[in-house]
Amino acid sequence: MKKKAIINTRILDPRNNIDEIGGILINDIGKIEAIGKKVTKENVSNAEIYDCKNKVSIPGIIDMRVFVGEPGFEYKENFRTLSQAAVSGGVTGVATMPNTLPLIDNVSTLDFVKRRSRDKSIIKIFPMATLTKGAKGLDMTEFGLLKLRGAWGFTDGTQSIQSNKVMDQIFNYGKNTDVLIIQFAQDNELSENGMINDSLQATKLGLKSIPESAEQLIIERDLRLLENYNTKYHIALISSKKSLEIIKNAKERGLKFTVGVSINNLSLNENDIGDFKTFLKLSPPLRSEEDRLALIDGVKQGLINVIVSDHKPEDEESKRLTFQQATTGASGIESLLSLGLELVHNGSCDLNTLINNLTSSPAKILGIRNGTLSVGSEADITVFDLDKPWVFKKENIKSKSKNTAIEDRKLQGKVEKTFINGDLVFSE
Amino acid sequence: MATNKIQAIKFNHTHLLGIQYLSIPEVNLILDESLAFVDLNRQENKKLKILNGKTQINLFFENSTRTLSSFELAGKRLGADVMNMNVAQSAIKKGETLIDTAMTLNAMHPDILVIRHQDSGAANLLSQKVNCSVINAGDGRREHPTQALLDAMTIKMKKGKIEGLRVAICGDILHSRVARSNIYLLNMLGAEVRVVGPSTLMPKYIEGFGVKSFTNMEQGLEGCDIIMMLRMQTERMDGSYMPSTREYYEFFALDYKKIKNAKSDALIMHPGPMNRGIEIDTNLADDINRSIIVQQVEMGVAVRMAVLKILMEAKQ
Repeated sequence: MKKKAIINTRILDPRNNIDEIGGILINDIGKIEAIGKKVTKENVSNAEIYDCKNKVSIPGIIDMRVFVGEPGFEYKENFRTLSQAAVSGGVTGVATMPNTLPLIDNVSTLDFVKRRSRDKSIIKIFPMATLTKGAKGLDMTEFGLLKLRGAWGFTDGTQSIQSNKVMDQIFNYGKNTDVLIIQFAQDNELSENGMINDSLQATKLGLKSIPESAEQLIIERDLRLLENYNTKYHIALISSKKSLEIIKNAKERGLKFTVGVSINNLSLNENDIGDFKTFLKLSPPLRSEEDRLALIDGVKQGLINVIVSDHKPEDEESKRLTFQQATTGASGIESLLSLGLELVHNGSCDLNTLINNLTSSPAKILGIRNGTLSVGSEADITVFDLDKPWVFKKENIKSKSKNTAIEDRKLQGKVEKTFINGDLVFSE
Repeated sequence: MATNKIQAIKFNHTHLLGIQYLSIPEVNLILDESLAFVDLNRQENKKLKILNGKTQINLFFENSTRTLSSFELAGKRLGADVMNMNVAQSAIKKGETLIDTAMTLNAMHPDILVIRHQDSGAANLLSQKVNCSVINAGDGRREHPTQALLDAMTIKMKKGKIEGLRVAICGDILHSRVARSNIYLLNMLGAEVRVVGPSTLMPKYIEGFGVKSFTNMEQGLEGCDIIMMLRMQTERMDGSYMPSTREYYEFFALDYKKIKNAKSDALIMHPGPMNRGIEIDTNLADDINRSIIVQQVEMGVAVRMAVLKILMEAKQ
């Protein structure tokens, strides 16, 4: 493979504290050979040149919460369609949720997913396995064996561990096996049949709500249990201001853990649901504007470490129902960066913080070497135009499912090129 | 005179999905039209030809006796061909989605679809998929517009006005679409609306609707002109919402003692079917000086006739 050079670009690599104009030289085996001011057209004459003037180059985005349909729901999304969707959004690596059919709760299914993704996926797949067998919240899966065979973390995905005793054991054995434990925090009883935020809007729409306390209880409990173990613990998603208060308090007590948030909860609020838009039926639910602003503040303060797309492709038949019957989740991997940039443009968040939460930070939590533009690392690079205006159209969605929460939204900032291992896999 | 006024107001909807979408003139238009039908319904010959040739389908996903028969009678008296589909017991329940059902019925070219469904928003969803007029006969816990209209009509007939009256809606507000539609409508028409019930059956943010909420019935009934009792589901009295029926009766049922807190000429309403001895004292429910529950049923047919007529006219 011929060497490649991205030149005249604004390089942004939060891990290495780089924000300067320069170039990136990719060697013949797809790794970064040189980076910085010295990489200019004159110095890289033998390389294929990509002049990215006025564009920003960042490490390829790592999305820590993505649902693929393989195996079992291939009609919603497969590794090939997910890859196309991801690279068009500048995402080069994803942590996949284990909520497939069958579930990824055993070594054989994990092997299948590893092989399928190796054959069909362009992007890097970091599979998660479930915490408990059948994601039933009762018996632990084989953390040790699953980790050996390539599980990068453990989560019941859409399910939350309810039992205090089981969670205590998970922390205990999780420390023993040195694995990453990811919790989707929601109390089942308090959220039973709930659909949207507990607010005036729920009363007006006549829909059963999911109170903030459903999220807080599990987070508070987990953090109290964590005190005894010091296991690697990550809260998948938070949706409310009150959860942040609990997190802040625990950090002040000296606890070490990390927190994620969905871009949906940073960019939308409960009012966007309007008169029963099922594409905005999400889990956790969209909450108030006050919560949204608090979450943005949490990102700025570093209480939240990762921003995810929570990409959950669903076919039309699962959404063309009454709000009560419709499935939860929205497709979102293609709009993750652009929605993030919206926060930059409207002054909510600075660019470096955003990119850190999309690249370096998730890579660090997952324990992978990607998410940086260091010399010697794999050349996974996303090049985007910070200012380009565009409209997010349903018909341009590359994912197999079209259940976007932001149809026809006007966005500013768009991915232009995506490189994975030095290969140009997407170009606008 | 009245006819001229009616002609002047434009009804701007193809569907009746909820009170929240109506304007005050539109509500008044329906109430004015209803008045004529009240008279008609008391005549020996009740049949008109206004809806001759029109097809009305009553699509009920929940069991209902009075609303269904009221809509059926309203359609028939106006001359429409009326078909009842009781989906609660039919094969449609087996896996067919609401939209598929809608498309099937739409292919039969009905002019009016009256729908009752257990899910909030079902009527809205249906209205997006069919070409005919959709009337919401109750969706989940969201709206039941014709019930609110018939309640307003009943109050107007009995009290001569709505503006300035103090109305208490009592009982299971949380699960009640009747309460929500009534709150929208009575507020719109200038009444002072209160809701009364145990906090476990009270939506947390109900005061955002512009009502005052009370968990003490004596206080809630203070100075009221109208007391609307709601139906209390007995399955919610097992400890999940209320500890027992007798505890509920003691604190929240309407009896001769509690009604003393209201105005001396206060009137009692109930959307039915009543649970005698649970939410209301059985003698009080039959007290002809107090209870206007039977009149509500009568107004129901008239109001639904008015709604059918206005929607058909609006479509032309």
